Amino acid sequence: MTALIEVRDLAVTFGSGRQQVRAVRGVSFDVEQGESFGLVGESGSGKSTVLRAICGLAPMTGGTVHIGGKPLKTPRDPAFYQQVQMVFQDPYGSIHPRHTIDRVLSEPLAIHGFKDAETRIERALEDVGLGRGFRFRYPHQLSGGQRQRVAIARALILEPQILLLDEPTSALDASIQAEVLNLLDALRVDKGLTYVLVSHDLAVVSHMCRRLLVMQHGQAVEELTRDALQARAATKDYTRQLLVASEGFKAP
Amino acid sequence: MTDMLQVKGLNVAFPSRDGPVRVVRDVSFTLGRERLGIVGESGSGKSQTGRAILGLTPASGTVTADRLTFDGIDLRKASARTWRSLRGPRMSMIMQDPKYSLNPVMTIGRQIVEAYRRRGNAARGDARSKAIAMLEAVQIRDPERVFRAYPHELSGGMGQRAMIAMMLIAEPDLLIADEVTSALDVTVQLDVLKILDDLVRDRGMGLIFISHDLRLVSSFCDRVLVMYAGRVVEQIAARDLKNAQHPYTQGLLNCLPQIDGDSAPLPTLTRDPAWLA
Amino acid sequence: MSDVTTRDWLLSDRPASRRQARLGQAYRTWSQLRRNKLAMVGLSIVVVLILMAIFADVIAPYDPIVGGDLRTERLLPPSWTHLMGTDDQARDIFSRIVHGSRLTLMVVALVAVIATPIGLAVGTTAGYFGGWVDVVLMRITDIFLAFPRLILALAFVAALGPGIENAIIAIAITSWPPYARLARAETMQIRDADYIAAIRLQGAGSARIIWGHVVPLCLSSVIVRVTLDMAGIILTAAGLGFLGLGAQPPQPEWGAMIAGGRRFMIDFWWVATMPGIAIFVVSLGFNLLGDGLRDVLDPKGET
Repeated sequence: MTALIEVRDLAVTFGSGRQQVRAVRGVSFDVEQGESFGLVGESGSGKSTVLRAICGLAPMTGGTVHIGGKPLKTPRDPAFYQQVQMVFQDPYGSIHPRHTIDRVLSEPLAIHGFKDAETRIERALEDVGLGRGFRFRYPHQLSGGQRQRVAIARALILEPQILLLDEPTSALDASIQAEVLNLLDALRVDKGLTYVLVSHDLAVVSHMCRRLLVMQHGQAVEELTRDALQARAATKDYTRQLLVASEGFKAP
Repeated sequence: MTDMLQVKGLNVAFPSRDGPVRVVRDVSFTLGRERLGIVGESGSGKSQTGRAILGLTPASGTVTADRLTFDGIDLRKASARTWRSLRGPRMSMIMQDPKYSLNPVMTIGRQIVEAYRRRGNAARGDARSKAIAMLEAVQIRDPERVFRAYPHELSGGMGQRAMIAMMLIAEPDLLIADEVTSALDVTVQLDVLKILDDLVRDRGMGLIFISHDLRLVSSFCDRVLVMYAGRVVEQIAARDLKNAQHPYTQGLLNCLPQIDGDSAPLPTLTRDPAWLA
Repeated sequence: MSDVTTRDWLLSDRPASRRQARLGQAYRTWSQLRRNKLAMVGLSIVVVLILMAIFADVIAPYDPIVGGDLRTERLLPPSWTHLMGTDDQARDIFSRIVHGSRLTLMVVALVAVIATPIGLAVGTTAGYFGGWVDVVLMRITDIFLAFPRLILALAFVAALGPGIENAIIAIAITSWPPYARLARAETMQIRDADYIAAIRLQGAGSARIIWGHVVPLCLSSVIVRVTLDMAGIILTAAGLGFLGLGAQPPQPEWGAMIAGGRRFMIDFWWVATMPGIAIFVVSLGFNLLGDGLRDVLDPKGET
């Protein structure tokens, strides 16, 4: 069986000449159907850029990405957007401040010409644990956690197979993070979704993903399974350093 | 020994359409030369507590307290002149985002030198060498370059350290650190914490460390105040945190995912209205 | 429905329909504006101006164009029969000012209707696409910005011939560049926001994104700017009128009326002063309203 997502030697370069920034340099990984795959790294490691390159928000300057065995087209076609969707980090910045939740959810349906908008919107809101009472609210009437649920509903409304999650909980309080992570996990099982989860938090990735890739300075450091992570069986220094750092402060 | 900072019955309220909103309610604690953590989720009033101590509550808010003394000085009645002599030289605050706290059109060096000269009439050359030494002390590898740099030329971690150097050059007795490490990478976080730790240890500074990260606070501080909806729901020694009594503290600890945990759903926090009583 | 329940319905946290959500939002903006006293003064001035223009025939006691008896009713000082006096043609100045409000309002409305969409379209397009589109559109904008406004208007009127319509076209053509600049600056801030990335990931095309997502966010600051510019537009129109290039006599245009009264300024002060006060009050009204709108509509002030 071939992998659902196949990334080979992906490179992303911004700018040119002296201003050139090589954000991603030759990253490869596979994600199986129904799996949740983690990308871990610190700021500037290029982990979010990988996601943005897959969905066409950042320019791919090298390598290939295959989804379901087919290479990606540039620009991406409408079918791609029905297959792959993304959830952004900042729930305060990812929803248009002047649009009601209803508008946020109905726009993708209108773009792709779906007829049964009413039922789909109500079902999407139910799926993410918001009742229909939320449908006509504005984002400023919602808390951060509720906004992130709306963002998840928006990503799911086109019924994609793949969800790209860019630090979906790092802007949320710990207790809300737990709720959103549980929701994401339940949705993945229910709908047979495939996740690529980007996070700086090893604990979050370890909780959500069976396999993960550690990144630093735009390059892949190593690929680990959750079991290897829990056994502290990292082979690279950087991964060990991350593991130590996530234990908290130790007085010298 | 009396405690450096004494807070008793501190209240902060802001007006709103539906009457005053009390963001800090009856908070009491004392601080010696130690590391005190204040933990809570957004809106718990932890930052407003820190601001009220330094007299930095926004003008629309009202602060009342039964007692608010720093080193025997009553802060409730402090004049603008007293505040000037206290803020900077004696007590200081490091804010969450260095981008907003550093002046963007002044070099880092000039800002640090100015902070140093504000506390006394130090000579310019003296202040410069002191500033460079301070930048070195906060683990900046190339202090000369950073001294000449503007804030936008520094990375987040560097900016945060420069900010800390600026606050520390005046050698305050009390430092309030408000989410200083939240925006930093985990590896940089530890460097910054080590600097703060050294200062408490070597200079006998008092530190209030405000954070939402319960795990980090428990590994770093001596004592922890857990705040919920403006109240202190629990005050506990950091090493006893595992045995916390209040369901909110327990809930906060349990809902964090763990590297060694399984993938079963995380326990979520059920908020009990009785906690507000 | 009583007043209390209407208000609760508008301020509901759980609106049940699109209409309720939209009305609730409008009501919140309105109640915020209402708290600003100066803005309310400005709004009342603008409302009075509009009412005056609509009901000019009812309000004005005399004909604005045909004067009275030239032997006995010329240059009369303000009195109960002629509230603002009469001019050298024995016309009632109050009646002329009331009818002049129609011209003023027409100028203001037409300029707003012509200049705002041009500015918004050019600015958002340039800002959203960037690159060479931005360079071309903005250089054109720069060319228009580089001309002094009144001089360019003069040139247009000179080319097209004097008259109120040509003055309006001239003013509109010279007033869109600042809106384009403003809209472009706002767009450049907005276009990298996650919510724009999100809608692109839903497969939306550029036209849909600019029209449905970028324009609504630029609109408020452009509206504020247009309102604040209204005073300037009225003054430019009056200036053109004063120079004899705007409305032509005997039309009761305020600027032209000042020009007409200039000759008798020392002995018969009211002839030039009354339309001057009208221009002043209306300009002030638009300025106050614009200032209040800025506080309410500024998207950066929102939480």
